[in-house]
Amino acid sequence: MTGAPLDTTAADRRQRLRERIEESILPPLVALAIAAVVGDLLIITFGQAPGEVYRQLLEGTWGNAYGFGQVIYKATTLTFTGLAVALGIRAGLFNIGAESQLAAGGFAAAVIGLVLPGGTPGFLATILCVLAASVGGGVVGSVPGVLRARFGASEVIVTIMLNFIVLALLNYVVATHLAVAETLHTPEIAAGRLARLADLSPMFAGSAANLTVLLALLTAAIVWWYLFRTRAGYELRVVGLQPDAAEYGGVRVGNVWGKAMIVSGALAGLGGVNYVLGYKHYYEEGFGAGSGFLGIAVALVGRNHPVGIVIAALLFATLSQGGLAVNALVPKQMVDVLTAIVIIAVATAVPEVRRALGTLRRRRDPGIGRAPVGGGQGEPDVGNSVARSQFPVAGSQQ
Amino acid sequence: MPYLFAAAGGIVSERAGIIALTLEGFMLTGAFCAVLGSFYSGSPWVGIIAGMGGGLLAALLHALATIRYRADQVVVGIAMNLLAVGVTRFFLRLAFDSSSNSPRVPGFGGAEVASGGVLATVANPLVWLGILTMAAVGWLLFRTPFGLRVRAAGEKPEAALSVGVPVLRVRWAAVALSGICASLAGVYLALDQHQFTDGMTAGRGFIALAAVIFGKWDPKRVTIACLLFAAAETMQIRLQALQLVPSQFVEMIPYVLTIVALAGVVGRAVQPAALGKAVD
Repeated sequence: MTGAPLDTTAADRRQRLRERIEESILPPLVALAIAAVVGDLLIITFGQAPGEVYRQLLEGTWGNAYGFGQVIYKATTLTFTGLAVALGIRAGLFNIGAESQLAAGGFAAAVIGLVLPGGTPGFLATILCVLAASVGGGVVGSVPGVLRARFGASEVIVTIMLNFIVLALLNYVVATHLAVAETLHTPEIAAGRLARLADLSPMFAGSAANLTVLLALLTAAIVWWYLFRTRAGYELRVVGLQPDAAEYGGVRVGNVWGKAMIVSGALAGLGGVNYVLGYKHYYEEGFGAGSGFLGIAVALVGRNHPVGIVIAALLFATLSQGGLAVNALVPKQMVDVLTAIVIIAVATAVPEVRRALGTLRRRRDPGIGRAPVGGGQGEPDVGNSVARSQFPVAGSQQ
Repeated sequence: MPYLFAAAGGIVSERAGIIALTLEGFMLTGAFCAVLGSFYSGSPWVGIIAGMGGGLLAALLHALATIRYRADQVVVGIAMNLLAVGVTRFFLRLAFDSSSNSPRVPGFGGAEVASGGVLATVANPLVWLGILTMAAVGWLLFRTPFGLRVRAAGEKPEAALSVGVPVLRVRWAAVALSGICASLAGVYLALDQHQFTDGMTAGRGFIALAAVIFGKWDPKRVTIACLLFAAAETMQIRLQALQLVPSQFVEMIPYVLTIVALAGVVGRAVQPAALGKAVD
């Protein structure tokens, strides 16, 4: 971090703010421009006119009540998984396991919803189910957290492997013990359901959007407060930026990692509420449908900031729903391609844009010895911190 | 034995310091391109070449982002897999107007499978190529100057740079090679089944990665891990018929073993020191 040097005049603070905004807004914009060009090429390959396809994409999402509601619904889940991934990255950890944490959260919510006695007050039932969802996700998240903290096991690999294990386990439990005959889902829960927005306002008519969206916004606000306004959040960010320095500064890095993964898992697990309590009212095999992986894209484009994540979640939800809207013209899989392109482009553009901005600023103001490349408002050095801190004894094999 | 190809690619890439999360995507791309090549030429051999070409192209894109532009390897790796799924689906609809599978294409084995299993295995050139590939990778990594450079790039890139090893170029070559190897695993699947089906690799790339880690990045041990996991897969199909153990539990074996290996319960798996690290 640059810390706070003595020259904190108003002009300097404005300058800093502008640099920060440039650094966080430009990479996503560059990425979107690249994705738009690739999208054009794909659409032309398929023999359609890009303008028409994009027009229908927007009309089918923000242009009508159903499309808009579906965007809100999808963005809700993505906000949770995006927050989960971002919290991990802030601590210097890569949580690739949001997909299975999401499933575990939904499963736990459904199970609690099923076992609650019929007379449970609705409000209480909802709270219990939401808590269950976060516990379900948190339990799955705790595994890589503990393995990382205790044994230095790479959380990337552990979460990937855990995705397969947890999903297979849940499939087994549901298929053998809980499923309604001839289906892959549990019976519907009676208690704890959340109201659909469509029942409250014609703005969302026919869509799956439900009150979970408020929970998502509230969670984003809490995550912001936790990261930037609490001591634990500060420690978490320091560990993400410089684990060694944090350790010397008296932070117990292993503990922070363990806690971060549990909270990250819990956040992803909360995403299950959207489907189980708000939409279908049962747990179904594969309901996550890639939302966990998309959470990585959301966190990345949202620059690991809760506000950015909400915006990025809306963007990817629009793309996802928009793919369905234009499926008659071009294959909806075009959207998967564009999503991947956006991720690769943002990941590539972040260091590039920062370097270019640094060069520009030095040219503009050669006197200032600021180091914008990798310094300043940098993100946690995820890959490097993993390699550095995890295996202190280099070349111990062979 | 598709695992052998993919795992061979995984070893090369990880030994050079590039995380091999993309094996799944390379496999899928390879499978699709193999079917395209085989379909339009009528020869499975052209399919093999086309599949390798597809895998190479995907690998070069991965290398461009992670090595040239030093983008985060995990992020790009995940995105490459997503890209492979999207691109193959998109072009499946463009080329064959189907959202699930391609028409039947010329391949290997196939007809003989029904008559005699052993004969079919022996007759399939890709099986032999798999064993050869793994042996060749072992030889390349531990018996050639290039292999020494690859391992240096994955363990101590700064030291390698200081003695004049072109680390970036070595990494490019390793990733390209890993793309070709892994795509052969997809080629195997596609030409064995005589068609491409959507998402046909079904997580096998990650099982291959699991084998690489469980085999501690050592070609011999990885070969054994591949055989072990392949046996588990075969067992799963048998057990499904008998219904003794739920198939889901057998499915989990490779993943559980990998986590156990990483946690160091039986001889800790230690990855190359500079794995995932970008080099300037």
